[in-house]
Amino acid sequence: MSILVNKDTRVITQGITGSAGLFHTRQAIEYGTNVVGGTSPGKGGTKVEGVPVFNTVAEAVKETGANVSVIYIPAAGAADAIMEAVDAELDLVICITEGIPVLDMVKVKRFMEGRHTRLIGPNCPGVITPGECKIGIMPGYIHTPGKVGVVSRSGTLTYEAVYQLTNLGLGQSTAVGIGGDPVKGTEFIDVLKMFNEDPDTEAVIMIGEIGGTAEEQAAEWIRDHMTKPVVGFVAGATAPPGRRMGHAGAIISGGSGTAASKIAKMEECGIRVAPTPSEMGSTLYKVLEERGLLERCKVK
Amino acid sequence: MNIHEYQAKAVLASYGVAVPQGKVAFTVEEAVEAAKELGGKAVVKAQIHAGGRGKAGGVKLAKSLQEVEQHARELLGKTLVTHQTGPEGKVVKRLLIEQLSNIQKEYYIGLVVDRNTGRVVMMASGEGGMEIEEVAAKTPEKIFRATIDPAVGLLPYQARQLAYSIGIPNELVKKAAQFMTALYHCFVDKDCSVAEINPLVVTAEGDVMALDAKLNFDDNALYRHPEILELRDLDEEDPKEIEASKYGLNYIALDGNIGCMVNGAGLAMATMDTIKYYGGEPANFLDVGGGASEEKVTEAFKIILSDPKVKGILVNIFGGIMKCDVIASGVVAAARQVGLDKPLVVRLEGTNVEQGKKILNESGLNIIAADSLADAAQRIVSLV
Repeated sequence: MSILVNKDTRVITQGITGSAGLFHTRQAIEYGTNVVGGTSPGKGGTKVEGVPVFNTVAEAVKETGANVSVIYIPAAGAADAIMEAVDAELDLVICITEGIPVLDMVKVKRFMEGRHTRLIGPNCPGVITPGECKIGIMPGYIHTPGKVGVVSRSGTLTYEAVYQLTNLGLGQSTAVGIGGDPVKGTEFIDVLKMFNEDPDTEAVIMIGEIGGTAEEQAAEWIRDHMTKPVVGFVAGATAPPGRRMGHAGAIISGGSGTAASKIAKMEECGIRVAPTPSEMGSTLYKVLEERGLLERCKVK
Repeated sequence: MNIHEYQAKAVLASYGVAVPQGKVAFTVEEAVEAAKELGGKAVVKAQIHAGGRGKAGGVKLAKSLQEVEQHARELLGKTLVTHQTGPEGKVVKRLLIEQLSNIQKEYYIGLVVDRNTGRVVMMASGEGGMEIEEVAAKTPEKIFRATIDPAVGLLPYQARQLAYSIGIPNELVKKAAQFMTALYHCFVDKDCSVAEINPLVVTAEGDVMALDAKLNFDDNALYRHPEILELRDLDEEDPKEIEASKYGLNYIALDGNIGCMVNGAGLAMATMDTIKYYGGEPANFLDVGGGASEEKVTEAFKIILSDPKVKGILVNIFGGIMKCDVIASGVVAAARQVGLDKPLVVRLEGTNVEQGKKILNESGLNIIAADSLADAAQRIVSLV
């Protein structure tokens, strides 16, 4: 088991003929992901990497039975691509694209209200269930199938956590990058709920960063509802206030959204916080040992 | 992206937002000319990209042309230090010469995108002229909010409700509501990230005007607003940050002595944090991004080295899209071009890591390889 994606997931790539779309579709297929098609307006009827290309998402869904799409479309057209996928009633849309204007995302969120589709991202590395399905730009080889869920606002810090886990002999159930934008489809709490309900996830690493209050809200949710151990990390303790640290959402404004306040809240809610990013894996290892869960999580 | 107050007021005026009459001046002569048009009396306002100008002495009242000249002479070229500029301050190169307003009362109006609701929120307060963060901390009940549905925009009743809540006089509520509606239109039309009118004033003549105006724009949306991009003032930005932006690099100058080059914003922040954790101080934040070319890496490296404070460099790459061999080639090329005379610690992991390490090893350069981020940070801290 896992969350969001698995071996039965049928994926289409929106923007499959672009350089990023093509490269990562190839990588996903090599990993074993069930990529069933793609879209590229004007290129319908052709084939790429052995899968059919369609002009529209609706057509691709009708012909292939896809239930998930991944978006590699440049920022100016990405919001439209998300809404096209939502309108085609896919279960899940994963938007990798970085740099979508925030007011475009405000419209997207409004458009999605009351509809069936879940959005992950934008500005995220994607979602991977190791050994079954890789959707996104993460390097597949660092992952190992297992029992630890990972959820993060940062792409490269997700890789860092996953790699540390793999090196410690701890596999991952699913790793989810929720993205670094201020307005996004899925928040920490949404993913934590899924991990909490997933029988094959035993523990979770949650990686936050400065800006907003999502970590604080998640910490309270964990305190009140989570039955599995959670280890955290927050990036940006040295970030100056008022400056956007790469991610559109990573900004301390008006004194709120600091790493210190997030870490304090997380610790107050019973979450063990790794002191440095190098210790995300080892901190979880210790917690699992203390709770007698280590043997269940170790890769056999 | 930030713009100056006078530019913000011009943008707002084009949407029908009421602003005082005024003109920008780059010289003392221009300041006097502008004041003449206003009848001799004026406010002389220093134009820098930072708040707190009033308290720092950057806003002066002039009752005669002679006083305008005197204040303009004093302010132009002066370094203003406000709580937002940092201790080094900012040099005043432009002035706004504006008509005097007959202020009855001051208010606050702001627009931001709220992460929790994913919507634009208008905030209003009767505590004009104060820092809104301070009001929020001390008397949160004095801030009123309207969450705006993007499908219909700011509704007239919401604007009226805010106006009544903050105590706008009854007979001016209609004007205030029109002001708010125009402000909202400007915000969404121009892809603002922050709009702040502090203070909004009611005058003795019965006007509702923006006495000050701050507009920030979403960098990601500037591609569709060339007219806003033209308002960018490079004098207000760090030259290293300007150079970095030409190559699509995310660079932010800091005060420390360890230069950092990292891929991914989260990992870049975490690298800075780790340097600090082991007792060092990062000189910069630098995210080379996902699909960086060898040239981009070379430029990034040069920008780091152009900072005289930098005594050592830490490169930390976890390759996903970014391939380690590309990073390694870029680092080697840059080190050869600029002549590397400072310690360089490199930690590579991820896609094509073996090729990357090979390129570094065979370069003949004095590069220290590290196994993990912690290892890399400890090594560079011990070397600077």
